[in-house]
Amino acid sequence: MRRLLLLAVFAWLASAGHAAALTPEQVSSALASDDGERREAAVAALGRTGDPKWLAFLSALRDGSVYAHKRGHRVELVVGGAKSARGDQEVVEIVRAYDRTPLGVVPVAELTEVAADRRLRLAIKPFLDASETRLQLADADPAVRRGAAVKLGHQADPGALPLVEEALARETDRWTRHALAEARALIGLAHGDAAARVEAAQALGGLHATSALPALRRLATGAASAAERDAAAAAVRRIERWTMLATTLETAFQGASLASILLLMALGLAVVFGLMGVINMAHGELMALGAYTTFVVQNWFRDVWPERFDLYFLVALPLAFTVAGAAGLVLERGVIRRLYGRPLETLLLTWGASLIIQQALRLWFGAANVDVASPRWLSGGLPVMVGLQLPWNRTFIIGLAALALGGMYWLLFRTSTGLAIRAVTQNRQMSACLGVRAGVVDATTFALGAGLAGLAGAALTQIGNVGPSLGQHYIVDSFMVVVTGGVGKLAGTILAAAGIGGLNKGIEPALGAVFAKVLILVAVIVFLQRRPAGLFAARGRHAEA
Amino acid sequence: MTAGAIVYLEDVTVDYDGFKALHHLSFYMDRKELRVVIGPNGAGKTTLLDVISGRVKPAHGRVIFGHHTDLTTLSPDRIAALGIGRKFQTPSVFPSLTVRDNIALSLARPSKGVFASLLAGDGRDDRERVEQALETVGLEDKAEVLAGILSHGEKQWLEIAMVIAQDPELMLVDEPVAGMTDGETARTGELLLSIAADRSVLVIEHDMEFVRQIARTVTVLHQGTVLCEGPVARVQQDARVLEVYLGPARESAHAGR
Amino acid sequence: MRKREALAAALVALGLVVVLPALNALPDGAPLHVSNFTLNLFGKFLAYAILALALDLLWGYAGVLSLGHGVFFGLGAYAMGMHLMLEIGAQGVYRSALPDFMVWNQVTELPLFWRPFKSALFTLAAVVLVPGLAALVFGFLTFRSRIRGVYFSIITQALALTAWLVFNRNELNLGGTNGLAGFKTIFGFRLSEPATQRGLYVATAVALVAAWLLCRFIVGSRVGKVLVAIRDSETRVLFSGYSPASYKLFVFVVSAVLAGVAGALYVPQVGIITPAKIGVVPSIEMVVWVAAGGRGTLVGAVAGAVGVNWMQSWLTTSYPDLWLLFLGALFMAVVLFMPDGVVGAASRGATMAADAVRRAAGTGGTRALAAPGAPGSRMAREP
Repeated sequence: MRRLLLLAVFAWLASAGHAAALTPEQVSSALASDDGERREAAVAALGRTGDPKWLAFLSALRDGSVYAHKRGHRVELVVGGAKSARGDQEVVEIVRAYDRTPLGVVPVAELTEVAADRRLRLAIKPFLDASETRLQLADADPAVRRGAAVKLGHQADPGALPLVEEALARETDRWTRHALAEARALIGLAHGDAAARVEAAQALGGLHATSALPALRRLATGAASAAERDAAAAAVRRIERWTMLATTLETAFQGASLASILLLMALGLAVVFGLMGVINMAHGELMALGAYTTFVVQNWFRDVWPERFDLYFLVALPLAFTVAGAAGLVLERGVIRRLYGRPLETLLLTWGASLIIQQALRLWFGAANVDVASPRWLSGGLPVMVGLQLPWNRTFIIGLAALALGGMYWLLFRTSTGLAIRAVTQNRQMSACLGVRAGVVDATTFALGAGLAGLAGAALTQIGNVGPSLGQHYIVDSFMVVVTGGVGKLAGTILAAAGIGGLNKGIEPALGAVFAKVLILVAVIVFLQRRPAGLFAARGRHAEA
Repeated sequence: MTAGAIVYLEDVTVDYDGFKALHHLSFYMDRKELRVVIGPNGAGKTTLLDVISGRVKPAHGRVIFGHHTDLTTLSPDRIAALGIGRKFQTPSVFPSLTVRDNIALSLARPSKGVFASLLAGDGRDDRERVEQALETVGLEDKAEVLAGILSHGEKQWLEIAMVIAQDPELMLVDEPVAGMTDGETARTGELLLSIAADRSVLVIEHDMEFVRQIARTVTVLHQGTVLCEGPVARVQQDARVLEVYLGPARESAHAGR
Repeated sequence: MRKREALAAALVALGLVVVLPALNALPDGAPLHVSNFTLNLFGKFLAYAILALALDLLWGYAGVLSLGHGVFFGLGAYAMGMHLMLEIGAQGVYRSALPDFMVWNQVTELPLFWRPFKSALFTLAAVVLVPGLAALVFGFLTFRSRIRGVYFSIITQALALTAWLVFNRNELNLGGTNGLAGFKTIFGFRLSEPATQRGLYVATAVALVAAWLLCRFIVGSRVGKVLVAIRDSETRVLFSGYSPASYKLFVFVVSAVLAGVAGALYVPQVGIITPAKIGVVPSIEMVVWVAAGGRGTLVGAVAGAVGVNWMQSWLTTSYPDLWLLFLGALFMAVVLFMPDGVVGAASRGATMAADAVRRAAGTGGTRALAAPGAPGSRMAREP
């Protein structure tokens, strides 16, 4: 058998007419040998050719799909494909090992596997990895190139230096160039001489390379020369300062993100509260309705129009608004209008409605969370500086909140509907005398608030779990926003959302999420000491008796 | 200032987000005086009552009650306990309580604290005072009726009875006859005059007929400050008052409506 | 009228305090025997009834709707639970003098704030004082600044959420999510003994009667009238020389103490207290009891607590999926169609029937002018 194999490899190498750098005998005998080192040497020889076809062969060898195929007198190395059954025989498709010319389908019994043990697989791996990295560095997508560069930096393999230099020479993308420069410096730091290390440390400091911090700290304390220690220490300081800046900005962004979620939720609540004095406890469940609408739309796209899957979210947003808005309309016309002027009763009523909606969702969709996939244009993020990338989904929500706010302003201050809403908010009786139909205004506003909840729910699918109790997570916070913001002024709601969102995220890193909540409750109570009716409560002669 | 002053405001300014409801206002009232304050809308009439009764804290100035009690530092309930009663423009009673309970709650008591209310019941003396207040406003027949189902005029009287039951030295009354019939208005005027027999009463009113019926001295407020002060007849002839009420180009014998 | 009412109340009290446990003491199989399970269930309901009374005093009279009463219930419950935990001693799974969850969390020493709870007397005091003090501080801050109506409700809801989050933390050393459980004895009596459970039931029933009498006393005094007046017009109360904030604070603290007592009675009978009992949802569920029974009537709160929970224990075993739907529908139906709850609707029905009888007899009713006999029955609303 071994002779056979030897022969096969030999014949095959000859027929391929390739691999001039290594003699066919060496490879064939090596691959057949019991001597692990020789086999590895053969693999190394093939790997070093850098020929993609050889690399593909090595990959097949590693996966255990290289066989020796005996055809008449000749034995040939082939790569086997998918196995299938023909009659009672198991057959397999085979292709020529080097150039992958199809050789037809043969019974499995005719093939002998060329096994690759663990050592051989380990020997193959770096070549495949290097090839993969090389391919990635030439990829069209900058994100892929950047990932490869970061990986090279982590590995800090001196052998990869030429690859890095080469890529750096032609790279145009700013962030990829940065990652490549960082990789080069990391390699220098790990493997260069003292002078190179000083230079690398300085470079890393300039690049704000957080990933180099452990190595730099080691160097700062343990290096032989003062120059190295100084350079490393300076770099560490520089990086730390930068990281602090990045963390601060990230916290600010997270605060803005939370604030925009709260704002999106609180907008609907606040307008209804201002108009009818009603806090809608079912607001969270209307959000869940919006989220499940998104889920249903997503499934529909997946089944019916998979090639346009990324568009589903754009369809889901208005639909979520509509579904939740319709539910709100039913709620208002059906029950809430009967309780006008009794805000506490209405509060309880909407809570009853929330229980029903929540349980209905649970019965219909199941109690477990459902999966809502992000469209591709919302995954990933926008890199703004080293160490800080703003996720697209959260950026989107900030944008959506701004849009909703703009829409609200336009509606309230540029349309006749808005005029009617403002009129009824200020003086219900007087508006009714002037012919404003308060019932219509109530219904419209409530539906609008509910629709905004649906929109918020759809947006939340992109950053959190979707389940029947989706609304519960943020709802109390958004009530607090409404209460703190006060009645009748959007500016109050905006400020309160920003304050509560920002405070929350600002405290969280230092003290944890729970303590942040406690402090916010205390802060809100203390704040209401000064202004018991919120930020922008009416004062003077219009104040409540 | 004067030993006889019941209430004395000195250079009081109230600022609602930039709007000066009262602007360096100085005002004083004698004991057992019945004073009527008039003025166009937004002149600061109700704010004047708000400042005296502690509902609004002035940005600047002093409000002295009696000899030397500064009201600006006190809460409304403390001021009420000191002997200043207030009747609101829209009747403010407790609709879920009976007329009798409404008055009984308002009675002047040594303490209106929680524990006193918990432990001390109403004595015979208290019940008599409630009856007196009921008689004063003529609601004896409706003592057991829920205040919520009284007519508008009756609610006004009930509120007056409640304030009387507080036995205040100074009574602040905000537009007591708004929405009343002529008969009710006349009765209310007599009521106020009889009340003023042994306490000081400060009335805000629009209705000039009514003002003429009850007033001895009238104060005209305009833009948060005193425009003029004096007997009704003189005030009605004052050129500045006419201008404020009717506009500069018009001439009229009567101020108000 | 008052006499008849007192008689009815006394009969119900007698039934709850004496008859039911006596029936439980009958041997198994005897006619009218009340099983241990049923008695225990009733004990739980009566603890809830105390809680409902607490809420009714606050909401039904002063018009202050607290959506955070689960917190005060929980404070009383945890205080009692801590004592019961310490009574377990070394009988726990880990045979340690420390509660099991502390061993599990690698706490080596009993935290300082746990130590006094070894004393039964201290625990009983804490059951009253801890919720009372918490309510005093919270109420002082909120009422002083005139936070009211919906604002107050939302703030108390945030309090419930925050407390729930805090009690879920292991760092607090109160058992985290799993709470306190696994009790063996109470004041030395074994909890598994039917006699102990019977004793706990009687204690709960007596506490309920005492709580009801206390509430009656408060509501019948001038304080009760001031509370109703505050509900009607806080401004008028203020200008009549009362400080609404003090009255609200007083009734809030009394209410919180009652809730704490309810929690303390609940724990040994149910055998566990977890943060899940003090969050947003349980806090609002107790409002349903009061609303369904009839607020502002005291009796209604008791009836609502027992009735709704009875229904819950039946529905959750028979149709678990439907319970929440039912609860939601009940809530909406009560708010919409029976704003006075079952008791209010019943008494109105009775009044109307009495009127009809009187009219038929030719005496002529003056229903519209008559003050209702029960101090809290819902009175005419502003048109």
